[in-house]
Amino acid sequence: METLIQQIINGLVLGSVYALVALGYTMVYGILGLINFAHGEVVMVGALVALATVKALAALGLPAAVQLPIGLAVAMIACMALGAAIERIAYRPLRNAPRLAPLITAIGVSIVIQYTVVLISGRSYHAYPELLSTRSFDLYGARISPAQIAVILISTAAMAVLLWIVHRTRLGRAMRATAENPEVARLMGVNVDRVISLTFVIGSAMAAVAGVLVSINYSVAHYQMGFVLGLKAFTAAVLGGIGNLAGAMVGGLLLGLIEALGAGYIGDLTGGVFGSNYRDVFAFLVLVLVLIFRPSGLLGERVAERA
Amino acid sequence: MAALLEALNLEVRYGGIVAVRGCSFAVEEGEAVCLIGANGAGKTSTLKALARLLPSGGEIVYAGTPLGNLPAHDLIARGLALVPEGRGIFARLSVAENLVMGAYHRHDDEIGADADRLYTLLPRLAERRNQLAGTLSGGEQQMLAIARALMSRPRLLLLDEPSMGLAPVMVDRIFELLRSVRTQGVTLLLVEQNARLALEVCPRGYVMESGRITLSGLSAELRDDPRVRAAYLGG
Repeated sequence: METLIQQIINGLVLGSVYALVALGYTMVYGILGLINFAHGEVVMVGALVALATVKALAALGLPAAVQLPIGLAVAMIACMALGAAIERIAYRPLRNAPRLAPLITAIGVSIVIQYTVVLISGRSYHAYPELLSTRSFDLYGARISPAQIAVILISTAAMAVLLWIVHRTRLGRAMRATAENPEVARLMGVNVDRVISLTFVIGSAMAAVAGVLVSINYSVAHYQMGFVLGLKAFTAAVLGGIGNLAGAMVGGLLLGLIEALGAGYIGDLTGGVFGSNYRDVFAFLVLVLVLIFRPSGLLGERVAERA
Repeated sequence: MAALLEALNLEVRYGGIVAVRGCSFAVEEGEAVCLIGANGAGKTSTLKALARLLPSGGEIVYAGTPLGNLPAHDLIARGLALVPEGRGIFARLSVAENLVMGAYHRHDDEIGADADRLYTLLPRLAERRNQLAGTLSGGEQQMLAIARALMSRPRLLLLDEPSMGLAPVMVDRIFELLRSVRTQGVTLLLVEQNARLALEVCPRGYVMESGRITLSGLSAELRDDPRVRAAYLGG
């Protein structure tokens, strides 16, 4: 029973991070029909920028309570700029190119970002300082750490802000209109290029939050951390129905739970043949199964015909 | 006095295909002008070029400004609105949100009052204001598309086949709406295959064939022209 509760907690924590990153994939897909495979690298840059900021603040002798919010804010700003640059440089010139072209530039952008980071901060694993207390709370026999609580609270808040922007603001309305019919949106006076750029900016801010949260939770950051995380978040977006915001959130949480529960019980179920180091298998098994049996995802509609 | 809209030698190409070949026409402020012609005559391409959705040759002057280098999203704030072919409503936005999108460029505080006026004029939309626009019938969607364009307080309204695919009762309602739009002083340029109705609502018209304007004049004259009668009014 304790294992079950523990794995559910772990799954929700992991899932909130997947959900945040999945939102970035799904927003860009919804508006451009494009998978931004460089999105995982934005997560990684967010983690490392926050780390550098936190270290600089610590050197100045500022308390940990100040380091985290400032580090998070700086990471978000840096990633927003990075997201806008990726769109401008790698995708906008290819807006009318065959679909494979931006996919290839996305991989190129990923490599460029990864190795720029290597040049700046090296290939080593960077230990994240302990910004939050490590004293866990007891929850029906399971443990939940302050970092895990922070992950859940901050990601929930970020998602609430995102939903508010998309559903309640002028920009959000323009984003939804552009996603549905860019030509008519243009007729309404929407500067479609700017809306697309802002979509990348908002998605990248979410990615920065995810990067910081995942690093706080695992106390480590690394130049390749964005790759697998990005792929899993993409899986979450596909599971929920790519292009659908609620789908990305549901898909993220579900994938986190599947992975945590799978990793928690695989040892028992296979008599110890497979261990929890096989955890990554679950995410990609889910991706394969969804693509075979329900390619439109859980909440995905068929690509709606234009009225 | 210069015309509100003037097109000189307008030309639209899709790769090697020339859809509009050197058309010239003008619309005066306060006028209602129709552009009639068969499918494929180049009417939609003409409107899309006017709205800057398609690159074009020749010259377009609107309210004294050449439109050549303006992006499409700048036009609505200048009072030039297009109700596109196939209505182009945002199916996954609510009726109310569609209307607000029409006022996207506006920052005044009369947007809500304008929407209320349109709801009074079009009670069907008022009843369905919180529904997704995609759930409306074709005629209701067309009304919404026109209402959305009116939310921009247009000076010149371009309409692309508002009667397309609608039941006769609905077509009558749409044209009734267009007449009332006219009385509010909005200038209209109406593209239609339904020549009979178009010539009824608009006092002046142009006939387009294979990318050229072949006839023009007052609607009364066009209606009596044997060529128009044979080709567009069923003899």
